Amino acid sequence: MTVMVEIDRLSKSFGDFRAVDNISLTVSKGEILGFLGPNGAGKTTTMRMVAGFLSPTAGTVRVCGHDVITDPTAVKRVIGYLPEGSPSYDDMSVRAFLKFIAEIRGFTGADRDARIARAAKRLDLGDVMERPIDVLSKGYRRRVGLAQSILHDPPVLILDEPTDGLDPNQKHEVRGLIAEMAAEKAIVVSTHILEEVEAVCTRAVIIGRGKVLADGTAAQLRALVPGGSLDDVFRLVTTGAAPQAAE
Amino acid sequence: MRHIWIITKRELAAYFSTPVAFVFIAIFVALTGALTFYIGRFFERDQANLDTFFGFHPWLYLLLVPAVSMRLWAEERKSGTIEQLLTLPVTTTEAVMGKFIAAWLFCGIALALTMPMWITVNVLGSPDNGAITVAYLGSFLMAGAFLAIGICMSALTRNQIVAFIAAAVVCFLFTMSGLDMVLNVFRGWAPSALVETIGSFSFLSRFQSLTRGVIEVRDLVFLVSITAFWLFATVVFVDARKAA
Repeated sequence: MTVMVEIDRLSKSFGDFRAVDNISLTVSKGEILGFLGPNGAGKTTTMRMVAGFLSPTAGTVRVCGHDVITDPTAVKRVIGYLPEGSPSYDDMSVRAFLKFIAEIRGFTGADRDARIARAAKRLDLGDVMERPIDVLSKGYRRRVGLAQSILHDPPVLILDEPTDGLDPNQKHEVRGLIAEMAAEKAIVVSTHILEEVEAVCTRAVIIGRGKVLADGTAAQLRALVPGGSLDDVFRLVTTGAAPQAAE
Repeated sequence: MRHIWIITKRELAAYFSTPVAFVFIAIFVALTGALTFYIGRFFERDQANLDTFFGFHPWLYLLLVPAVSMRLWAEERKSGTIEQLLTLPVTTTEAVMGKFIAAWLFCGIALALTMPMWITVNVLGSPDNGAITVAYLGSFLMAGAFLAIGICMSALTRNQIVAFIAAAVVCFLFTMSGLDMVLNVFRGWAPSALVETIGSFSFLSRFQSLTRGVIEVRDLVFLVSITAFWLFATVVFVDARKAA
């Protein structure tokens, strides 16, 4: 399989605090990587570095062969990124916002409009396209963020808690969407909902205190605690087996 | 360049998405007019020029320009959209320029709407229209320099009020530094080279020569390079403190 995302000995410190500590990972085409960990484990920081928002203290990330340190713009071009909390310009309508993103990504005219229509349809945004984003519910806002991330049909998707704030039906739909796109993309999804890992991810990585604590398929992880659930594994890995990672 | 223009369009639309923009423009136009006629005694002076009108611009900009620039980065930080914006394939320089140009155009619109003053003075007498054109250009350039300071202060905080106050203070220092009142503080003890350097950073003295209709290359270079310097500082600060 082609390696699309290569995280290479990545570290990030904020002052004395080491948020991400020497993480190495690869994600290949066709994979949906579940990025798990307790709050404050370094998930968001890692994803921000992959997306080119934060610069690493040490190490680097290569996405589709582009190095995020030497050519961040090329990396940003091939990534679809949903930031944590999916922040979007509140004063814009959904259509104006998606139009802005599409234009920045280099699409114009009919091509731009077709892409917006396709993304809106996939995320069921038809009814709210003309509404200002600040009046939308959390679920809709999240879907606007997702629509924005898939507009340019990127080979790599980095989604920070894509199902946070969605109701069970919407969660189901978004997972369906992610699974549907998986074949031709490399997708990284952060979550702390463990059922999500079993539902959509082909592989899961558990991190705590900025380090990779476990890496494998859902079945492999579950084998760590015979007869246990992923919840048990999560607890064992993030607290028991690695006491220094306790919250 | 294309990215800059797309960001400029979005920012301009953001200005006009609330009535605040119209209120702002109305205040600017009303104040320039009122100050010229009442405080500046436009009629009593009985002179066909706009000297008093332009004389009030630096003082109005001192308060109004920071109000235009305060949201540019502080709001992005506060709402978290800075992460959305800077993970799009644009460079920080493009984002800063796009925002700056939008704010500058906004000030340009406000300035253009003071044209009735120009028409009035032409109806009443025959002013030196070349000099007025130069003064308008000078005023626009000075607004740009103030804005560059303001956008830089906005990049340093997530609080728009802090951005406003910091910008007003720095703009005030740059405006005042040429006045004797300020320079006298230094004259007693500082070497004259220092006094002259401080004095040469004054927006006011540059602007005053432009309002007299005198285009001096060094004044233009001064205003443009001050603007460029603060914009450059903005790019540095945005890059350094993205997640703060």
